[in-house]
Amino acid sequence: MIYDKKIETMSRADMRALQLTRLKEIVKYAYENVPFYKKKYDEAGVKPSDIQTLEDIQKLPFVTKADLRENYPYGMLSVPLSKISRIHASSGTSGKPTVVAYTDEDMEVWTECVARLVVAGGGRSDDIVQICFGYGLFTGALGLHQGWERVGAAVIPASVGNTERQIMLMKDLQTTALVSTPSYALHIAEEMERLGYKPEDFKLRVGMFGSEASSEEMHKEIARKLHVLPTDNYGLSELIGPGVSGECEHKCGMHINEDHFYAEILSPEDFSPLGEGEYGELVLTSLTKKSMPMIRYRTKDITKIDYSPCACGRTTARMAKLKGRTDDMLVVKGVNVFPSQIEGVLLSFKEIGGSYEIVVTREDYKDKLEVRVELVDDSIVGDYGKLEKLSADIRHALKTVLQIDVKLSILEHKSLKRYEGKAKRVIDLRKY
Amino acid sequence: MIKQIAVFLENREGRVSECCKVLKDAGINLRSMSIADTKDFGILRIITDDNELALSALKTAGFLSSLVELVAIEVPDKSGALADLLIALYEGSVNIEYMYSFAGANGHAQIGFKTTSPEKAVALLEQCGAKLI
Repeated sequence: MIYDKKIETMSRADMRALQLTRLKEIVKYAYENVPFYKKKYDEAGVKPSDIQTLEDIQKLPFVTKADLRENYPYGMLSVPLSKISRIHASSGTSGKPTVVAYTDEDMEVWTECVARLVVAGGGRSDDIVQICFGYGLFTGALGLHQGWERVGAAVIPASVGNTERQIMLMKDLQTTALVSTPSYALHIAEEMERLGYKPEDFKLRVGMFGSEASSEEMHKEIARKLHVLPTDNYGLSELIGPGVSGECEHKCGMHINEDHFYAEILSPEDFSPLGEGEYGELVLTSLTKKSMPMIRYRTKDITKIDYSPCACGRTTARMAKLKGRTDDMLVVKGVNVFPSQIEGVLLSFKEIGGSYEIVVTREDYKDKLEVRVELVDDSIVGDYGKLEKLSADIRHALKTVLQIDVKLSILEHKSLKRYEGKAKRVIDLRKY
Repeated sequence: MIKQIAVFLENREGRVSECCKVLKDAGINLRSMSIADTKDFGILRIITDDNELALSALKTAGFLSSLVELVAIEVPDKSGALADLLIALYEGSVNIEYMYSFAGANGHAQIGFKTTSPEKAVALLEQCGAKLI
C-alpha cells in the first residue's frame, strides 16, 4: 500500500522537475526572508536567479549545526513568531540546544511525510501503535505520533522508561505496532523473555525504528523475538524531524520524501558530488519548509543513494543504512551526544583535569554512557563530603546538558592514557 | 590535634599496596590506617611517624594526598569511657564526620576523629577531663 501514490510513484523526470521548481522557490524565499541566507549568499556571490538546474545547487554554501547555534534561538526563522505553531529542540554541540520551529503548513507537511513512512513500513488505520520515544522537545515522539494519527491508527503515547509497564500496556491494550529505538525494542524483547512471555502472547506485527543507526542483524533479531516487520526510518530535527526517509516492507533502503527533501551525496574530503551508489556525506535541502528553510544542510551522516525503482512500486530514491558520521557525534539511548558538550561541562570544574574519556557500552540492549575524569585538586582529598559533592555536581551538569544519565568515574591524576597526537577521547564498545 | 594523611585512590586492583610500597621505600612507619570506600573510589587515611615525609613521598609518586587535622584523645581502658566522651560531644552539637582508633606509643587506645568544629570539640573534651593528644 502506498500513502501518496501520485508523489511516491512519480516518474524520475517529473520528480526532478518538481524539485527544481521548489528549489528555485525556496532559495528565493530564504534569500528574501532570512538575513542569514542573504548575507551568506551575497558573500559567496550567488543569487537566487543563479539556480537554473538542480545541479546549480552546488553553487550554494552549506549550512551546518554551528550556523544554527550562532543564530540561536530564532535567527534562522523566515516568518514572524506569530506564525509559528510548534517549537522543538535537539541537543546542540555546546550547552544550548538547537531550536527548530514549524508553521501550520510545516506541521502539515511533517505529518504527511511521516504518514507516508508509516504506511511504507506496514502501518494501517486499524493498528494500535505504542510510541516508546520520550515525549517533549525531541521531534521523534510527536513526529511519529502525528503521522500514525494521520493514517488513522490508535496511538498510545507510552513515552520511555518502565519497561515492565510498557510490556503490560503492550499486552493488555493489544498493541500491534511499536515505535522506538531498535535497541529499546531488543531490550523490551529481553524483558518479555525474562517475564516468561512468548511473542505469541502479543499482537505485535509492525516495528518502526529510528533515532539511532541499526544493523540488519539487529533487525533480524527483533523480527525473531518480537514477530514484527522491522523497518528503519530517518530524519533530523534541523530538517523536520522524523519523516525524511523510511524503509518499505522490501527493506532495501529508506525511501526519501524527495518532493520535500533534496538529497545530495558529497565527498567528505572535498565536497564534490559523488555518483549513485557511492558512500559520502548526506547533504539535505528542505524544499518546502516555511518557518526555517534549510538549504544544503550538512547532516554529517554517511550513506549512499539508489535511484532505481523499488519492488514496492515507489520511485523515490532510497538511502542506505547510515554507515557512520563525518564528525564525532555519538547516539546514546537515541539521544545525540557530542563529546564537545561533555568537554565543555568538564572544563568548568577546576578540581578535575583536562584529560577525560567517554565510554559507551550496551548492556541488555541498553546504552550506558560513562565519563572518566581525573582528580587534580589535592585540597579536597581530605574532605569526603566535598568529593561526593563534586561527583554529584559533575553528574548533574552533564545530565543538564545531555539529558541522559551519566556514570561518572573519578580517577587518580595521570591514570588516563595520554596521547601525543589527537587524543582518543571516545571509546564505543557497543557491538552494533 | 594530630595530623592524618588522606590519599585518593581510584577503585583499581593493587592501589593500596602500591601506596604502602611508596611509604615503605621512604622508610615511613605506619601507625594507623583506615579506608573509606564507595563503589567508585576510596580514601585511604593514614597516620605515620613522619607525616611531612610521607606526604612528599606520596605526592612525588603521583598520589593525590593532603594533610587533615584530627582531634585525638587517649581513651581510658574501661567500659563506657568512650561513650561518655561522645555523649558530651553530641550534647555540645559537635558533629563527627568519621573516627577510628589506633594504638598510642604507650600501648593505650587512642581515638582520632574529623569534625567541622575542632575548637569546640577540644574545649568540650577538656571540660570532661579527657586526655587530648
